[in-house]
Amino acid sequence: MSSVRVLVGTHKGAFVLTSDGKRKDWQVSGPFFAGWEIYHMKGSEADPNRIYVSQTSGWFGQLIQRSDDGGKTWHQPGLPNEAIPPPGPPTALPNRFAYDTTAKPLTTHQWYDGTQHPWEFKRVWHMEPSLDDPDTVYAGVEDAALFRSTDGGENWQELSGLRGHGTGSQWSPGAGGMGVHTILLDAINPKRMYIALSAAGAFRTDDGGTTWKPINRGLRSPYIPDPNAEIGHCVHHVAMHRSRPDVLFMQKHWDVMRSDDAGENWREVSGNLPTDFGFAIDVHAHEPETLYVVPIKSDSEHFPIDGKLRVYRSRTGGNEWEPLAKGLPEKDCYVNVLRDAMAVDTLDECGVYFGTTGGQVYASADAGDSWTPIARDLPAVFSVEVQTM
Amino acid sequence: MNERASASQVRVALPYHLRNLARVEGDVLLAVATPVTLRAVLDALEARYPMLRGTIRDYGTGQRRAFLRFFACAEDWSLASPDAELPEAVAAGKEPLLILGAIAGG
Repeated sequence: MSSVRVLVGTHKGAFVLTSDGKRKDWQVSGPFFAGWEIYHMKGSEADPNRIYVSQTSGWFGQLIQRSDDGGKTWHQPGLPNEAIPPPGPPTALPNRFAYDTTAKPLTTHQWYDGTQHPWEFKRVWHMEPSLDDPDTVYAGVEDAALFRSTDGGENWQELSGLRGHGTGSQWSPGAGGMGVHTILLDAINPKRMYIALSAAGAFRTDDGGTTWKPINRGLRSPYIPDPNAEIGHCVHHVAMHRSRPDVLFMQKHWDVMRSDDAGENWREVSGNLPTDFGFAIDVHAHEPETLYVVPIKSDSEHFPIDGKLRVYRSRTGGNEWEPLAKGLPEKDCYVNVLRDAMAVDTLDECGVYFGTTGGQVYASADAGDSWTPIARDLPAVFSVEVQTM
Repeated sequence: MNERASASQVRVALPYHLRNLARVEGDVLLAVATPVTLRAVLDALEARYPMLRGTIRDYGTGQRRAFLRFFACAEDWSLASPDAELPEAVAAGKEPLLILGAIAGG
């Protein structure tokens, strides 16, 4: 019997929602890490019982938590909860994200006033477990950088070629900071990986993370000095279908974009969307040309148009979109759906899930045709990930 | 109290979230080498409860996190040198070292 586990990161803790494959009856467990901001949590495909969590706080900084039993119990990697630590220097520093300062010029980036500003670690925005090794996991952090652990999160090393490829000193934070928020692993070519960060754009490595190149040609952002610049674009999220990693879909600040050549060139596929501003985007588990977005009114008003929450689905890889409203609020809805707060399951009839800043988690067991709230009153939802078992 | 008190032990009162993280209730008791300074207490605290590393002092700089404060015997030690000796009452375990999170109220 198949089952689904939905991992929900919120403003005040983590929640795990579980159901059988029918996806009608849901059990909610949590809050885990109550009172802490959970930017993201994600399970390993190589070992579904392995889940990584980014736990953060303005008071106490960044922690990494890990579960090895599917979310029943948690610990900081390398730090058993109850044991007395052995004498001697610690071998596990799971919360330490130290920028590589050996390769210059990596010490500063552009600040809001145009001056150079030191790189300062703030938090982990996104955790991406390896597709085939449960002990390897990537972390996208603010200030923008990519880290990797190969020992289950006990220690982290920066892949400093990302910041060091040449434009790093020109990166500048957006209103929400300067964080690596998207990490996509290529299931066919293990050397290839994509990341996106605010507010510089998308980047790709073809050598396992040693060197990187910006992949923003075709993006047009009229609100920056050079609308067609190599970097400086406010990319909100990028999605791909596992079977076709050269085809990318992007929700930019404004514009929904598509690339068919691994990000070398982008073209707009916003088509008939009522607004092409938004944050979340994802792809159907079995139909690589079916994608989902949640249009948000504008960058000044982060809520749905006319108070009607709508997911839009394209079955044509973009341009032609249909509203999906059955089961979603018809009026007076003024929530947002953040970039990491949409996911799909891989059951035969693809399930689609998203969370809102109003604390609702909506699920569709029929690829978006109809929706049901599976949690209604959580803290503001930062992230939603799904495990299909 | 999760360890037996003695005259040579230092009491530390942690904020709610750090007590949860360390899985302790009430004050923690730590054997601290003399001289009993703020640095020595925090070093002992992090050695005994490694899950607290980085939560009180920044990993990179070793500096106190901006929204935490240290109090001892009704005095604010937040801006004191980490190598200054704490009051005798704290060193003797009669008074706790208080670690407080800033209250962001309105």
